[in-house]
Amino acid sequence: MKSSFHGMRTRALGALAGASAAFWGASAWASDRIGEPTPGAIDLQPGVTDLRNQAIWFHDIILLPIITIITLFVLGLLVWVVIRYNKRANPVPAKWSHNTAIEVAWTLIPVLILVVISIFSFRLLFDYNDMPKPDVTIKATGYQWYWGYEYPDQKVGEFISNILPEAQANAKGVPYRLAATEPLVVPVNAVVRVQVTGADVIHAFAVPSFGIIADAVPGRLNETWFKANRIGTYYGNCRELCGVEHAFMPIEVKVVSQADFDAWVAKKGGSVGGATPAPVEAAPAAAAVATPAAATVAAATPEPKAGGTPAGTPAPSAPAAK
Amino acid sequence: MAQAAAYGQEDEHGNHTPGFFTRWFYSTNHKDIGTLYILFAIMAGLVGGALSGLIRWELFEPGIQVFREGSWLAATGLVEPSKHGYNVVVTGHALIMIFFMVMPAMIGGFGNWFVPLMIGAPDMAFPRMNNISFWLLVAAWVMLLVSMFVDGGPGRGFGGGWTLYPPLSTSGHTGPAMDCAILSVHLAGASSILGAINFITTIFNMRAPGMTLHRMPLFVWSILVTVFLLLLSLPVLAGAITMLLTDRNFNTHFFDAAGGGDPVMFQHLFWFFGHPEVYILILPAFGMISHIVSTFSKKPVFGYLAMAYAMVAIGFIGFVVWAHHMYTAGMGIELRAYFVAATMVIAVPTGVKVFSWIATMWGGSIDFKTPMLWAIGFIFLFTVGGVTGVVLANAGIDYSLHDTYYVVAHFHYVLSLGAVFGIFAGFYYWYEKMWGVKYNEFLGATHFWITFVGVNLIFFPQHFLGLQGMPRRYVDYPTAFEYWNRISTYGYMITAFGVVVFLLVLLESAVRRRKAEANPWGEGATTLEWTLSSPPPFHQFNELPVIKPDAHH
Repeated sequence: MKSSFHGMRTRALGALAGASAAFWGASAWASDRIGEPTPGAIDLQPGVTDLRNQAIWFHDIILLPIITIITLFVLGLLVWVVIRYNKRANPVPAKWSHNTAIEVAWTLIPVLILVVISIFSFRLLFDYNDMPKPDVTIKATGYQWYWGYEYPDQKVGEFISNILPEAQANAKGVPYRLAATEPLVVPVNAVVRVQVTGADVIHAFAVPSFGIIADAVPGRLNETWFKANRIGTYYGNCRELCGVEHAFMPIEVKVVSQADFDAWVAKKGGSVGGATPAPVEAAPAAAAVATPAAATVAAATPEPKAGGTPAGTPAPSAPAAK
Repeated sequence: MAQAAAYGQEDEHGNHTPGFFTRWFYSTNHKDIGTLYILFAIMAGLVGGALSGLIRWELFEPGIQVFREGSWLAATGLVEPSKHGYNVVVTGHALIMIFFMVMPAMIGGFGNWFVPLMIGAPDMAFPRMNNISFWLLVAAWVMLLVSMFVDGGPGRGFGGGWTLYPPLSTSGHTGPAMDCAILSVHLAGASSILGAINFITTIFNMRAPGMTLHRMPLFVWSILVTVFLLLLSLPVLAGAITMLLTDRNFNTHFFDAAGGGDPVMFQHLFWFFGHPEVYILILPAFGMISHIVSTFSKKPVFGYLAMAYAMVAIGFIGFVVWAHHMYTAGMGIELRAYFVAATMVIAVPTGVKVFSWIATMWGGSIDFKTPMLWAIGFIFLFTVGGVTGVVLANAGIDYSLHDTYYVVAHFHYVLSLGAVFGIFAGFYYWYEKMWGVKYNEFLGATHFWITFVGVNLIFFPQHFLGLQGMPRRYVDYPTAFEYWNRISTYGYMITAFGVVVFLLVLLESAVRRRKAEANPWGEGATTLEWTLSSPPPFHQFNELPVIKPDAHH
């Protein structure tokens, strides 16, 4: 099924890019805030991942026009019927009750519309599913009522992210009920895999501007991913009813440059890229002891070079920061 | 169907009614039980509507104003003034509206009243079972109320949502409130299953001579499909909540991951019931709308067979799309892709119905009496709810909208504005037939217009909130969502005023007592109930009507 999509996908993507550019150019008036909801806005929060932008395009260019046209069409028919076939305008009712041609038409035309929708829908769904090789893996655990984040590859142990109390949020000028005491920090333009689970009841990890959501189910490790293309702060929420403080366990994601990310990891006591040779060169004496452990880690991790080391640029900065 | 009002003149025996207590408490008469169901539904609707008022009041502005200590709500002592209390109210609103308002009104009320009348039967097949169906529902109602007033664990009542997902409904709510809620749903389910058996038997065995299945009125078809859905889906729910009960009380681990169970399994079982359930709520409205549109257009239903089989198709497909509620729960990609495709297919028979209603009006001579206003409102609003359903069917979009107010807007457009408009359409359509008095046309139309404006103002802005990412079931929300929440609450106030007008309609007609006609709607009303007096005699069709082949539906 997937391969048969492929040709169509390439062609569609071309069209998509063009239309998308036109649309985003035209919709500058929207000027929604990025990463958080905008007061009074009526559209999807802008995206900062390709997938979210693709979803927005699918919604704004394909779905919304189609459903609007259908609704207006039905409304138009109803208005016409009301004007033309009320008892004053049409005192003598017709008696017919069958018309095979039109019945076939209103069965087949919706089928065709749905086929068109499904082409785009499946493409989007499979794109969501096809996660590239992740650069950073995060384990997000939902608790009643806060989030715990862990970076297994960077050896950043689980830290707790609570809602930022109202007074502090106001003092810092960040939105209350969205800001967290400690944000999730990820590098920009990196594929971030989020593994989500629940510790007590079901929660859901959702960030609108990335277009992602994954249920945090106890006993199950769900997975979602994103690749944010813009540095900034993005807010999300728990989106599965989880009890008393359900509305008060926000998600705050800080997308930072790779260097800032590495510095943050170092500050959290983790190490950047478990397999980088840098520490070994810096401390040859310790190397003999350290190497077996490092090798084990590298072997155990599914993506040995994934720890955010594009050609070694930021890697040395971590020990330096120490 | 011109065999006139001959059936109205029953012998004296037919009008021999029992005394008050025997008539209303031991009732075995389908019309009396139908009336009981309708009154019950009105009562439950007022309670459920009041609960939604608390929700909208709380969401009027950011911060917690109603559900906190020291508020006026705390002074009443009815609901726990806490965030937990809010969750209890949300849960109660859903359970009440689904199990105690829409289902009793449509199936128990209109179904009981008009299925026997429309098929020319003297009563339901099992009159005593009919009685226990109703009283089990009352017992279920009592249990639900008890549930709201006893300890739930985090506070008074169960606040885990109508979906009852574990572990929130097991380890998350340790108090007896959840057990009461389970018992309540069990009783309501048993009531519905008994009702379903009764309807199936009645419709298959007690149709008047000459009334083949393909000459059966569409409302009867809709009830037939609905009760089959009930019969096949409710036992699954009963099993699932029984497992919840044993998980809670007898140390089983069906849904407990730590003991080898799976919380997601419950979601599968729940939605295997839950999705057919939403069609259970809307299908009877489909049937009623067909009759009303045909009656007031003075034109036979367009594409009768397609209309009947579209409902059968919707019922069938309704059973194989359940996991579109679970795109985010962690299912394999093939499974998600399948549920996307299957879900979108439902739009086709639904489209057939919408277009057939319009085609029924096309060329007609339409009289815009109150029931017709509600019916036209239904067609438009159901279309709006339907197309947003097509949007949500796409898993790729669901990742952006799952569990947001977009979903809330969607299902309220199909249920609150769909099913409820259907109920009001039917209520006004059969008002004279059921109560034996006329309603005031002006008040009825006023009720419609106020409600139409109000509910749209409530729910249309919720699409915007959902698109912007406001999650469902939040007692408090970020300030950015304030604007549309405020509008939504204004909409509620207008709707509440509409409810007052509705009560005025009842009161006015009860005071004035304008005598009802057997058939107030004239030539367009062709089904058998219009051949009887209004209200019909206590026992009707002592002499069975005969349906001629040319009879229209």
